[in-house]
Amino acid sequence: MKKLWIYIRNGIFKENPVLILMIGLCSVLAVSVSVQNAIGMGLAFTFVMVFSNLFVSLLRKFTPHDIRIPIFIVVIGTFTTIVDLVISAYFPELYKALGIFIPLIVVNCIIIGRAEAFAYKHSVMESIADGIGISIGYIWAIVALGAIREFLGSGTLLNTNIFQNFQPAKVFVMPPGAFWGIGLLIGILKWVDSKIRR
Amino acid sequence: MGYVGKLFLLFLSASLIDNIVFMRFLALCPFVGMSSFLETSIGMGVAVAFVMTMASVVTFFIYYYILIPLNLIFLRTISFILVIAVLVQLVEMFIRKTSPSLYKAMGIYLPLITTNCAILGVTLLNINYQHDLIESIIYSLGVSLGFTIALVLLATIRERFSFSDIPKFWQGYPIVFITAGLLALIFLGFQGLAH
Repeated sequence: MKKLWIYIRNGIFKENPVLILMIGLCSVLAVSVSVQNAIGMGLAFTFVMVFSNLFVSLLRKFTPHDIRIPIFIVVIGTFTTIVDLVISAYFPELYKALGIFIPLIVVNCIIIGRAEAFAYKHSVMESIADGIGISIGYIWAIVALGAIREFLGSGTLLNTNIFQNFQPAKVFVMPPGAFWGIGLLIGILKWVDSKIRR
Repeated sequence: MGYVGKLFLLFLSASLIDNIVFMRFLALCPFVGMSSFLETSIGMGVAVAFVMTMASVVTFFIYYYILIPLNLIFLRTISFILVIAVLVQLVEMFIRKTSPSLYKAMGIYLPLITTNCAILGVTLLNINYQHDLIESIIYSLGVSLGFTIALVLLATIRERFSFSDIPKFWQGYPIVFITAGLLALIFLGFQGLAH
């Protein structure tokens, strides 16, 4: 039990996929225009991540080593298609906001990376724990970036006004703001990390 | 403005106005990972252009001549990504035979073209925008030119970082992203070309 907790915690800070490993950045930067979109994307990602880890781990004994990558892709693609269809049927507004980044979950380096580096070599429970940890790491990174950009760019958080007389800088909801936001977050994380280690 | 003019506009907008990296946020992994040196970034750009154009053509035929007649549109994500994976494998074998030094330089990033979201993204965008075959080819060429421009710009700036005095916590990736943000700000200026 304690071991599973270590795997979960691992994904949140030490191996945070977005802020430490720097993979799967495309969806993070594109979708973090508002906190609402960020949460939607985070949940869609979580579904695919956990289930792909679960199934890759279940199938690892039957997966020939040479064709493992195509098999991973088919597994991930199946769950991506499920998410794609569910969101377009029940949340059309969110689907419009996220655009092609829902089908693009299939090429998210984080998911295929975890399938190859973790789920292919570990038991089912450990793989689920890893999937949950990585997903929490992804969600907090994308929501933090979404909060920074929505607050500075539109002056709101979750569509509610925070200050009365606050003049938002539009550039933060535009593409440059995404790059500055993530640079800022990584820099801050480095600083916090050095303070904790000391 | 005839068909050729339309194609030229499409090419321009794909490469500069809607730059794939700065405006659409696709292909960020190779953008950050491969832009340390000028030479590898050009090689990467050429590889992406080749794979992307091939993928656009192949997925065009798959979508309009197999998936639509059989009413299997929901399979497009899976079928596209499998086609791209096969194509990448071919390109990898080709480069390994013809240019071992380039192959060595690209390291793990060549297999990672499979998971390069720009390639799947462009094939999906081609279908969303209902491009015909010629338009799809022009669009993917424009996008890969835009990708190469972005990569080369960042690589030339990054080579200068080693001479500059960067504060401790901004070294490495943070300063790369701040620079990319400034470049994106410049590319926002191209939006005026569209009107």
